[in-house]
Amino acid sequence: MSIDDTMTAIVGAAPAPRGTGTMDATASADAVALARTFRPVATDEPIGPRRRMSGATAEDAFNLTGALGAAVAVATLLFGWFTPMTGAVGWAVVTYLLFVVVYALLVALRATGQEVTDRVMTALLYSAAALLIAALVFVVCFAVFRGLPALLNLNSFVQTMEPAGPLDPLSVGGIAHAIVGTLIQISIALSITVPLGIATAVFMNEIGGRFARFVRTISDAMTALPSIVAGLFVYSAVIQLITHERSGFAASLAITVMMLPIVIRASDVVLRLVPGNLREASYALGSSRWRTVWHVVLPTARSGLVTAVILGTARGIGETSPVLLTSGVTAVMNLNPFSGPMISLPLQVFDFVKSPEPNMIARGFGAAATLILLVLLLFIVARVIGGKGPGQLSARQRRARATRSRDDLLRIEGRRSAAALAAPDPSSAPDTRAVPATPPTKDLP
Amino acid sequence: MTPAGSDDLTQVLFARDEVAPDEAPPAAPARRSLVSRRPLGDTVFRTTAFAAGGITVAIMLAVGFFLTLRGGDALSVAGPSFLTTQEWSPETRTFGIAAILAGTVTIALVAMTFSVPLAMGTALLISEVVPPRVRTLLVSLVDLMAAVPSVVYGLWGLFFLQQNVIPVAQWISHYFGWIPVLAVTDSDGTPLTDASQFTSSAFIAGMVVALMVAPTQTSVMREAFSQAPVGEREGALALGSTRWGMIRTVVLPFGRGGIIGGTMLGLGRALGETIAVYLIISPIFTINTEVLKTGSNSVSALIALRYGEASEFGLSALMAAGLALFLITLVINFTASSIVARSRSGAQSEG
Repeated sequence: MSIDDTMTAIVGAAPAPRGTGTMDATASADAVALARTFRPVATDEPIGPRRRMSGATAEDAFNLTGALGAAVAVATLLFGWFTPMTGAVGWAVVTYLLFVVVYALLVALRATGQEVTDRVMTALLYSAAALLIAALVFVVCFAVFRGLPALLNLNSFVQTMEPAGPLDPLSVGGIAHAIVGTLIQISIALSITVPLGIATAVFMNEIGGRFARFVRTISDAMTALPSIVAGLFVYSAVIQLITHERSGFAASLAITVMMLPIVIRASDVVLRLVPGNLREASYALGSSRWRTVWHVVLPTARSGLVTAVILGTARGIGETSPVLLTSGVTAVMNLNPFSGPMISLPLQVFDFVKSPEPNMIARGFGAAATLILLVLLLFIVARVIGGKGPGQLSARQRRARATRSRDDLLRIEGRRSAAALAAPDPSSAPDTRAVPATPPTKDLP
Repeated sequence: MTPAGSDDLTQVLFARDEVAPDEAPPAAPARRSLVSRRPLGDTVFRTTAFAAGGITVAIMLAVGFFLTLRGGDALSVAGPSFLTTQEWSPETRTFGIAAILAGTVTIALVAMTFSVPLAMGTALLISEVVPPRVRTLLVSLVDLMAAVPSVVYGLWGLFFLQQNVIPVAQWISHYFGWIPVLAVTDSDGTPLTDASQFTSSAFIAGMVVALMVAPTQTSVMREAFSQAPVGEREGALALGSTRWGMIRTVVLPFGRGGIIGGTMLGLGRALGETIAVYLIISPIFTINTEVLKTGSNSVSALIALRYGEASEFGLSALMAAGLALFLITLVINFTASSIVARSRSGAQSEG
């Protein structure tokens, strides 16, 4: 009802000519003067049927099914009777092309050229997406499905490959050593990457200057570094020159070199999204740069930073080529990253599937499925924590922040009244709550 | 911003100009120093941040320098023939990257042929067509696929695609063999139809790499498309355009930077991909222009293949190959970022 009451119409404007360009200034002034608020009167004009705004019409459905049916029929005729063409793939390709043509013809019966283009392009978009997503889901499901026999033997997760030969059944041996190796390597890599990467991103965003631009250029350039080259670098710089043996630590270093640019770039994007007025508000309150970063910028960007790190971790865990050159292959559990080879999951997959034995290949698929599950877990954690823009808070976080804010107020008030008690100046005591009328040059207490 | 405040400010700012030069300004306040003393915490913070930036740069430069330094031995021996020789035998001092670089580029181009249209279609569908709830689901799915390890794609290529794609390859070479790239012939030019001639080809490796990079490309393109300004979209629709008309006139021009950037990002990854290519191809050291025919090679697969048996000089040659690959991806990366920076993507529309 209130909407009806406030509905406004320019009454005098209705009979005025449509070409507003010819209307002179006095006429428009009159029209504005005549404007008043009125309430539309219900007449006995019939109300039309409610229009459906969404969903496909029956015609759309008929066009689609008709085109599909015609395409299948014609393609089958072509392949079975009329032409010497053979092969399932050819049939699918011809069917699809025929479908597009017939669909365009069917739509053209009732619509204009633009609409035909629109329908056909929408159909093409749907088929591209369906093809890509179906293929991707199939890739993952293929690995998990083929990995099930190995995964269902729970000894896979607690045993190493030490007792198992290439011909042993799946109930002997497992990939516990590779899981542990992956976790150790990624932990070391993260303990270097996270502080260094986030500090670099903070440096590029909060301090700036010529050197910061240089750092940005370099780290952008390093995202182009092929991961095998990162492995090659660590192999020749660390293994050949210093340690002379492959180790988990060398693998961690290779993963670090590969992950660092990813984490820097992702954190940089997140930090750039922090609204500038939050930063300015903090500086206006007189806080130092360090306090602004620590109390305003980083907490605001926290969920985005966590997402950036977790997605970088997922990339780092799954990359085979840096560890291929650096970590070495072993069948035994090795908890010491600084000596002896330490295998990780992707390398273990690679090592398994190079064998011609079906059981080893099954183990490879099992390890790959474990890797997928690990990445899935990381991804879900990233979605739960992140996925929110900077400064967007859940209800619980908002309540916590309000509580903290109230505590701050109480603390400040308490400190102020304590100061007032300590300095019993009669002129200033009643004024404690008011804004002090000090000249701008004087420092605030 | 009250008038009084600005008047005060003006007076302070211009106090010097108003006084006559011969008499000393009696009431002008002493100039305040506008430089603040930096607190200790800030100094520590600045130093730490500078150090972090410095360490990052040091690591990155170390990689570049080390590659150049170690690869330099091999480069100085091979000279310009490094770029033209097809063989790879550092032991006999005849080696070059002509064949492996051609293989790398072939695989990457095949991958782009498959992945770019698919990724673009998917990105447009996600950002423009599907309802919001499906959109959230698809975005999560595509992002998850971008995080799936490359070895998983390699397994799929090795154990599924390798056998099942052969009829497709045969079909293509049968009907489209008149295009030189798609023909499969022996050295005399006779067409080959034997299934063994179609395995382990650049075509199969390219398809696997395409699936691997498509989610990343989709993600980048979708991000760019979804930033197309609402005002211009609604303007196009209000002028009577269909959805595809709106996409063609507003979303695609606006997202051009994203399309190019995503393509280049995928191309960089496709050039550097190791394991999937290594698992699928059968390495050869001659330039093979027939993508459907067995045999190809790539720089990273070569490194993965040869690092173990490499002598000191062999490793230097591998370093040089790695350096060449790095330089190519670097050029692609910088081209992409300069194109993206020059395009309108990410800019806000007025109103």
